[in-house]
Amino acid sequence: AEKVYIVHGVQEDLRVDGRGCEDYRCVDVETDVVSNTSGSARVKLGHTDILVGVKAEMGTPKLEKPNEGYLEFFVDCSANATPEFEGRGGDDLGTEIANALYRIFNNKSSVDLKSLCISPREHCWILYVDVLLLECGGNLFDAISIAVKAALFNTRIPRVRVLEDEEGSKDIELSDDPYDCIRLSVENVPCIVTLRKIGYRHVVDATLQEEACPWASLLVSVTSKGVVTCMRKVGKGSLDPESIFEMMETGKRVGKVLHTSLQNILHKEESLGTKRQKVGFLG
Amino acid sequence: MAMEMRLPVARKPLSESLGRESKKHLVVPGDTITTDTGFMRGHGTYMGEEKLIASVAGSVERVNKLICVKALKTRYNGEVGDIVVGRITERRRSAEDELAMRGFLQEGDLISAEVQAVFSDGAVSLHTRSLKYGKLGQGVLVQVSPSLVKRQKTHFHDLPCGASVILGNNGFIWIYPTPEHKEEDAGGFIANLEPVSLADREVISRLRNCIVSLVTQRMMLYDTSILYCYEASLPHPIKDILKPEIMEEIVLETRQRLLEQEG
Repeated sequence: AEKVYIVHGVQEDLRVDGRGCEDYRCVDVETDVVSNTSGSARVKLGHTDILVGVKAEMGTPKLEKPNEGYLEFFVDCSANATPEFEGRGGDDLGTEIANALYRIFNNKSSVDLKSLCISPREHCWILYVDVLLLECGGNLFDAISIAVKAALFNTRIPRVRVLEDEEGSKDIELSDDPYDCIRLSVENVPCIVTLRKIGYRHVVDATLQEEACPWASLLVSVTSKGVVTCMRKVGKGSLDPESIFEMMETGKRVGKVLHTSLQNILHKEESLGTKRQKVGFLG
Repeated sequence: MAMEMRLPVARKPLSESLGRESKKHLVVPGDTITTDTGFMRGHGTYMGEEKLIASVAGSVERVNKLICVKALKTRYNGEVGDIVVGRITERRRSAEDELAMRGFLQEGDLISAEVQAVFSDGAVSLHTRSLKYGKLGQGVLVQVSPSLVKRQKTHFHDLPCGASVILGNNGFIWIYPTPEHKEEDAGGFIANLEPVSLADREVISRLRNCIVSLVTQRMMLYDTSILYCYEASLPHPIKDILKPEIMEEIVLETRQRLLEQEG
């Protein structure tokens, strides 16, 4: 009977906690929380808590793309997140999320991979992006994509120079100044908007209770300019092609607003500089 | 459509904003409460090495010669006569059960019941033998810590704003629209699946957000506190109540009203 209540509420644009169908819960974003990574971010969306760390390491580029670096994603669903993740339960969800992240970053315009190249065919930067799910409170994909974008924004890769020796062997020199680093441009990094179909309408940012209603959801990955890079359907129900189109339009609208808020907050945080109080995990 | 992002803010300790005169004596497990052996030991304490030591984390309460420690956050301990709200996860199977009960109660249903007996290992047995109890129909469940639900004479409250609330002692709070006909099966086993009106829905959502904000600010939950919080929240739109600043403001107002009422 509770599901009936939720479904009826959504039809009238009044969800259980008073939000409308297109309202997000309040988001807390903090970057640079883990000191021994190249970049990190922590995002809290309602009860969902995600921590992302980015480490930059040197390696050889892939054979088919000798001029570019690449990103590797790894998602760990901590056993603290929900009781279902006990033992190896979280692995499936982890691989699903990692695959989704690989797909959305698979195109040329998301991240400038050429800037990650040090010397073609020999050295490049590999960014290992580790996602840790601390608490699961509904709407994981959105929170993870926001956290990944914030962490990439926060990533600082040290500047290196390639020196040629007399014999012709190359040597990599790391600059001594710890602040001399390159930053990635995250202008075109997409964010995922999850739209869940409930009854005749669809909602953004579903809570755990809303996710328990057995309908399908659509993951739309949108860039800040409103361009859809990737789309995926999850869930047990079926979706009508017309409703898919509607949901895509909503996804684009919501995605643009999401990006502008995120950019604002990241710039604001950076402008606070050293005056910023680090809240971290004990606040 | 709204999207709000913010930088996290460290939580302010509550006592600063309250200006309390008497400081509570807080202890953690292993802390000595007193070395005076004249006191009787209550819940949450034990005797060791001639001293009274706390076994739970909480505040010390003293009633004449009895000292006990009231824990801040505990798992629910059943007492006979408590009202609880719960979800059916498993059931005993027997021939008569299969025939009769399946029609009424399925796994996953929410019910309200009264504690009949407590076993020595902590398990409780419940009964729904009165018409007040039974399956819960449409409404909203809020899960809070059991220590925040105040013990009162009755746990079923009909609030004047148009919704009713059941404060389960186990921390499960059920908010539902007040049924118009009170004489009929208020409870019973037949769920009413008709759509709830928008006005009722707004009241219920507002109450849910108020309860969540009271819980975040660690205030005790009882009918008066919920009602004052609801009235304090009326000037704000429902979804704004979830924002931290507005939550603090509303709870502060509620606290002041409650203090005025007592003093």
